[in-house]
Amino acid sequence: MNKKLEAVLSKEPHRGLQYGITVIILLILLFSSTPALGGAHMTSKGFEIGRNILTGIFTPDTSLLFGLGDSGVMYLILQTIAIAFLGTLVGAIIAVPLSFISATNIVPKPVVVVTRFIIMAIRTVPSLVYGLMFIRVTGPGPFAGVMTLAIVSIGMISKLFIETIEDLDEGILESLDAFGSTLFQKIRYGVLPQLGPDFISILVYRFDMNLREATILGLVGAGGIGAPMIFALSAYHWHQVGAILIGLFVLVFVVEILSDKLRHKILRG
Amino acid sequence: MSWYDKLFEAESYTLTNGKKVSQKFTRLPLIIMLFLIAITISVWVTGFSVVTLFTNFTGFWKLFGSMFPPNWSYFPKIWQPLLMTIQMSFIGSFFGALVALPFAILAANNVTNNRVINLTIRFILTVVRTIPTLVSALIATYIFGLGTFAGTIAIFLFSFSFVGKQLFEYIETVNMGAYEALVATGANPSRAFVTTILPQILPTYLSTSLFAFEGNVRYAAILGYVGAGGIGMILNEKIGWREFQSVGMILLAIFIAVIIIETVSQQLRKYLS
Repeated sequence: MNKKLEAVLSKEPHRGLQYGITVIILLILLFSSTPALGGAHMTSKGFEIGRNILTGIFTPDTSLLFGLGDSGVMYLILQTIAIAFLGTLVGAIIAVPLSFISATNIVPKPVVVVTRFIIMAIRTVPSLVYGLMFIRVTGPGPFAGVMTLAIVSIGMISKLFIETIEDLDEGILESLDAFGSTLFQKIRYGVLPQLGPDFISILVYRFDMNLREATILGLVGAGGIGAPMIFALSAYHWHQVGAILIGLFVLVFVVEILSDKLRHKILRG
Repeated sequence: MSWYDKLFEAESYTLTNGKKVSQKFTRLPLIIMLFLIAITISVWVTGFSVVTLFTNFTGFWKLFGSMFPPNWSYFPKIWQPLLMTIQMSFIGSFFGALVALPFAILAANNVTNNRVINLTIRFILTVVRTIPTLVSALIATYIFGLGTFAGTIAIFLFSFSFVGKQLFEYIETVNMGAYEALVATGANPSRAFVTTILPQILPTYLSTSLFAFEGNVRYAAILGYVGAGGIGMILNEKIGWREFQSVGMILLAIFIAVIIIETVSQQLRKYLS
């Protein structure tokens, strides 16, 4: 019995060298990256600010947190949700045709290379730069935030859409052809049921991400909960910071739970 | 939804073999109506207008056009901050992923069989994940002073929460048979974990960490906006000075760096799976 065990054990591949090389490469990379740790000059003031932020979170400005006016946290949350929702929608409208012309089973390879390069280029520009560009179009405000999120979402949405489209089962389309279905019928009964649930689930997921992204757009004046938070932070109004952070936490937490449930329901019936 | 099914009756058919089947009335009208209400509210709140978009869209292209041709002579000044950005993301992602592992183990209810610990750790992960990276970077600059260290901290926090959440969800799905067998034969739990569960989660752990690193490089590019170091700092500066050709050069440099890193990391991830 023991011999058998030993025989099995000796068949185990020897990965010692491989692991060693990986560890050495990692260590070299780590040591060459140490400059990133520079620049820390923590003072007693830093500690004080850290403590102030914590006290701010535990004693939030309740009139801001529960206020119903234009500057209250409730309204800011509604605005952030609206920006993320419309942004995802507009992004999806642009992404759908873009992903169909980037799927290898629909268009020839050279076209795919070009369109994927475009998608990648769109994805690289940081969202704040888009924010600045769209402010020229729409003026400062939540509208610029919607357009920024739309463009920023295109990259991920179309990447996942392309994967779904490339997984299309063409056997179904062939059998519909054999029945003598028209093009419209083929799309309605052959394509939509295959793509629909995946597409919706991707969009729900992206909405969840956009909500988080929408919270920082305020930095460039593109609306949402970010701007008041940055103002409060730079003015050292810790109780207001606390109120906004609590609102943000509840928002992200609730939406995450709901979107998980919804995606579960869509994908598994 | 039962009120809806009562309102619109299900249609029933009789099959040729005499069996009766019924199909519920389609929910589509209800979904479309809710969707339209959501769109109307959002358009009203955000002031979205297609007309403005089409009439003013030239502004977008004008700004975009002013970035071309990129200012090549500016490149020598870019690679230093660019390298710093990559180093920031590397250190932050590495330590974030490292710290995430014990937290993920404590958060997974099949390995750590204690409801209180599970929920506390999950709560910590969720709280950290809620704070936007830019805000945690800003707070870090207050505490640690302006510079790359603040940015590294922000990236660390994001990687930690992201990898932690993905990993604990994955740990909960692993096959526990071998672990239980080893514990039953008298192995202590930590030894049993290393030999049975770790090999199962290692590929996912590494590829999630790499994925976080990829995203972080792109994200680190904007951290400079709040003074947290890296290429974002000069990006912000050049936008402020309206030197858009230099901005174009910076964006091009980020683009190339991201392509290289994503290609390498995707190859590694393919190898891992």
